[in-house]
Amino acid sequence: MPTPILRIENVSKRYGKKDVLKGVSLTVNKGDLKILIGPSGAGKSTLLQCINFLVKPDEGRIWLDGQEVHYAHKRDLYAYRQKVGMIFQDFNLFDHLNALENVRIGMVKVRGMGNPEAKERAVMELERVGLREHMYKYPAQLSGGQKQRVSIARALAMDPKVMLLDEPTSALDPELIGEVHSVIRDLGNNGMTMIMATHQIGFASSLANEIIFMEDGRILERGTPEMIFCHAENARTREFCSKITELYGETR
Amino acid sequence: MEEWLYIQTEVYPALMKGFWVSLQLILPSSILGLFIGIMIGVLRVYGSRPAMAAANTYVALFRGVPLVVQLFIWYFGLPYIKIYLSPFIAAVLGFSLCSGAYHSEYVRGALLSIRRGQMLAAQSLGFTKVQMIFSIILPQAIRRALPGCGNEIIYLIKYSSLAYMITCIELTGQGKILASNSFKYTEIFLIIGACYLAMTSVASLVLNRVEDRLRLPGFEHHRI
Repeated sequence: MPTPILRIENVSKRYGKKDVLKGVSLTVNKGDLKILIGPSGAGKSTLLQCINFLVKPDEGRIWLDGQEVHYAHKRDLYAYRQKVGMIFQDFNLFDHLNALENVRIGMVKVRGMGNPEAKERAVMELERVGLREHMYKYPAQLSGGQKQRVSIARALAMDPKVMLLDEPTSALDPELIGEVHSVIRDLGNNGMTMIMATHQIGFASSLANEIIFMEDGRILERGTPEMIFCHAENARTREFCSKITELYGETR
Repeated sequence: MEEWLYIQTEVYPALMKGFWVSLQLILPSSILGLFIGIMIGVLRVYGSRPAMAAANTYVALFRGVPLVVQLFIWYFGLPYIKIYLSPFIAAVLGFSLCSGAYHSEYVRGALLSIRRGQMLAAQSLGFTKVQMIFSIILPQAIRRALPGCGNEIIYLIKYSSLAYMITCIELTGQGKILASNSFKYTEIFLIIGACYLAMTSVASLVLNRVEDRLRLPGFEHHRI
């Protein structure tokens, strides 16, 4: 019996007159990897940012581990965000801190860990993503792939229950995508629950439990990778999938 | 010969005395001013609406009213409401508050230049707003604001010469007394000018050293 870890109900967001999200609901079980696909402007990023309230949804409720998140209570919000790791398209490493400090600072400031303990853990997390020898480098001295791996280490150091990945490889040179994918693949194999927006459908279909096709602020269709990529019911899904297969198809 | 004796016995001791008073005015004022500037800058960008409005009003007032007028208010105006400040305290207060208003503008510009992604990343890790500002945003912003803030400190060194207007006799004050006694205006004010030039030169050296010390990969100045 799968246990739901994250439940999103009817999340909506409006910017001015434009409805960016029109009532999206989603249940994520422990260990799931859900992939969001869809054209730009479909609301994938907004959905991910609403899930950890970087964007405040206008409507909708969210539960983590069966407990509803009351994001108006600052204390609840900060505690919840610790448990939901976020990976950004453009990495967003802290520019003034080296790799080690980037990973360490959250543990010290947010989790209140002691310095030596946090440092030890940070080194371990950097080792896990294969960057131990680069731990004293600053973001400006790291490649895109390395930056993204540091940002994954930074999120993991908070012991998240769910990870949200917003197009983690779309700002990377093609030859750097593989190193980030292999880290994400390891995470998945170790049972991390993830929701990821991506266009890398080769990679997505090899890992995902479910592909969710979004368009115009709605979930249009969802199913196993095979269902979506080979036997989609909706004509729009088919059209989009054939387009991105052409563009990104074989990247794994 | 007579001139040299005059400089040795009268000018030198008096100007030295004034020089020390100037340093005593400049050092606390520049540190206090920078601190005020950072706090006001933060409030102007991240403060609540009333705090922001208050900070903006402060800057409008202290940047908009001539410094001499501000000094007169602190020293000659406050006694009307039974607050008596010594000339020295009134001058430090006046300089710090005025300097803070200018610093806050450099700090505000630097804060606004920090990419939004830095804040999103901090928030997504569970940082509170205060933690985010003080451990992520400010350390980056201060590096960007430093050249501007240094400029303000250099300027403060020179406008510290206004302290004699409220009877805090520093370098310029001593010079004025000497000059009006001896009528050697040109000579004495040339010496004073050289003293200020020496102070500002040392200050810019120190500021450059600080900039070097705080320089990080990704925050350097690129030569083209």
